[in-house]
Amino acid sequence: MTAQQIRKSGGSLWYEAWLRFRRNKLAMVGLFMVVSIVGIAIFAPYVAPHDPIKQLIWTEGKEAKLAAPTTAHLMGTDLYGRDIMSRIIYGARISLQIGIFSTLVSLLLGVPLGALAGYFGGKVDDFISWIINVIFAFPFLLFVLAVVAVFKNPSMVVVYIAIGVVQWVSIARVVRAQFIYLREREFVEAAKALGLPTWRIVFVHILPNALAPVIVQATLGMGGIILLEAGLAFLGFGAQPPTPSWGLMISEGQRYLGQGIWWWAVFPGLAIMYTVLGFNFLGDGLRDALDVRLKR
Amino acid sequence: MLSYILRRLLYTIPVVWGVVTVVFILINVVPGDPARLMLGQRGDPATLAKIRSDMGLDLPIYQQYFNFLRDVAKGDLGKSYRSNEQVTTALLERFKATFRLALWAIILAALVGITAGVISAVKQYSAFDYSAMIIAISGVSAPVFWVGLLLLLAFAYNLNWIPGVGYGDGDWRYLILPVITLGVRPAALLARITRSCMLEVLSQDYVRTARAKGLAERVVVGRHAFRNALIPVITILGTQISDLLSGAVLTETIFAWPGIGRLEVEALINRDFPIMRGGIIFMALIFLVANLIVDLSYGFIDPRVRYD
Repeated sequence: MTAQQIRKSGGSLWYEAWLRFRRNKLAMVGLFMVVSIVGIAIFAPYVAPHDPIKQLIWTEGKEAKLAAPTTAHLMGTDLYGRDIMSRIIYGARISLQIGIFSTLVSLLLGVPLGALAGYFGGKVDDFISWIINVIFAFPFLLFVLAVVAVFKNPSMVVVYIAIGVVQWVSIARVVRAQFIYLREREFVEAAKALGLPTWRIVFVHILPNALAPVIVQATLGMGGIILLEAGLAFLGFGAQPPTPSWGLMISEGQRYLGQGIWWWAVFPGLAIMYTVLGFNFLGDGLRDALDVRLKR
Repeated sequence: MLSYILRRLLYTIPVVWGVVTVVFILINVVPGDPARLMLGQRGDPATLAKIRSDMGLDLPIYQQYFNFLRDVAKGDLGKSYRSNEQVTTALLERFKATFRLALWAIILAALVGITAGVISAVKQYSAFDYSAMIIAISGVSAPVFWVGLLLLLAFAYNLNWIPGVGYGDGDWRYLILPVITLGVRPAALLARITRSCMLEVLSQDYVRTARAKGLAERVVVGRHAFRNALIPVITILGTQISDLLSGAVLTETIFAWPGIGRLEVEALINRDFPIMRGGIIFMALIFLVANLIVDLSYGFIDPRVRYD
């Protein structure tokens, strides 16, 4: 679509993107999935049928222990008689928190560093690209595990930062590529000719034009972060009991899989898949709507 | 060609140096004292001091750093705090199992993923295309360890087709579930990438020309389109190596597979730092070597690629 056509249809670039996005069924499905999980996380106390940490064996007796899914407990209960569905509902808070805070860390690092590398080029670019290549060489899960493991009692903040420290490189790559492309454009020339300070050119003139790919990359990254955190918790290095974290629940439930207790480990996995799938659909939809070409 | 390989190798050196430095910084942030970790609570001050000086822990930090760089360059990654085994020996020993697992997973992923991607592209918007792509996006969205547990539940516990977890002295039946578990993600990614690359190539003029010449569809797709779609696919395969190694950490944990991933998780739990840092450096090296091979393979796939 040319600029002329857009102006004729009377909308801004973002409005045009929304119109394209709305026509894409999978994108709308993704948006619905993400909104639903965010809603569940926010309204967890109203949606959840039980307290996620309360051990119902004390009130409902032995039957509440490892109970198979019934109408009373739609997803069954675990060894301590905790309602699995309620734990999954509260678990959405944990996963989204990690996703959002780690993404923030990765944006705080990735956007400025990518912008510097792309705008200045030369030695600055060489140095930042070198750091990016070094981080890329690590298997992400193992790197995050190591960062978390060196702390004796890691708080969740350590986990956010550890994930953000590996995740920023993909943001930085995207921003860098955009800046390399944009820095030669006429509007930047014009800004320079006006004698504007460099920080103003970088942050006020170029950055807004580089936002679309950053949004797409961050959305797709959310899915990756949620998977990473699930793996971390599964191995015992993420959220600690009795936190209702999805990865941790799978880890707790796996010991009972061989005894036919499938619901403990299966439902949290479905929750992870639903959430990650939602972000992937949304990210793909945004990419198509914003007409971004990413190298993945 | 040779000069390209040399330049590419030279370019890798600063990255390796960066990797080693990051790992050194990471481990030396640790507040705990490795000497005390080795000895446990019983250690008397004299032994503690001796171990500290043996391990070079009493040296200034920059000295420790240079010693570490020198040792790594010589391939000496220190000794395990726990077993006192040489880290390099332990890693190479365990790497065999990881390599066997990862290699088969890649082969499976390439066969299934690339085939599904090509068929999906050729029969775009068919029932096959839709179902393959739904399976593929689910495959990238599911946690690796959860897929493994589902497979265990179905094929080992319910159907009793698979004897169980472990290495099974190399018995191939023990290999099946871990390979599928580890292969799902790369297969799904490859299917998606192959489909989009094939679609792009199939709309090119030379493909139309090939069809106009009256070539069989099989030749058009197989020889003209496929080879050209393969370059980005191979690139993705290279970047997937680190993802694959992360997946191996989880897969090996579930299936009690005696590879590097499990060794690393055990080292993390025991705070066995030499094994931990050695394993991370080792895996990063594998990633860099694999990507070197990927870069060099372009010339074989696409004769237009020149290294100069």
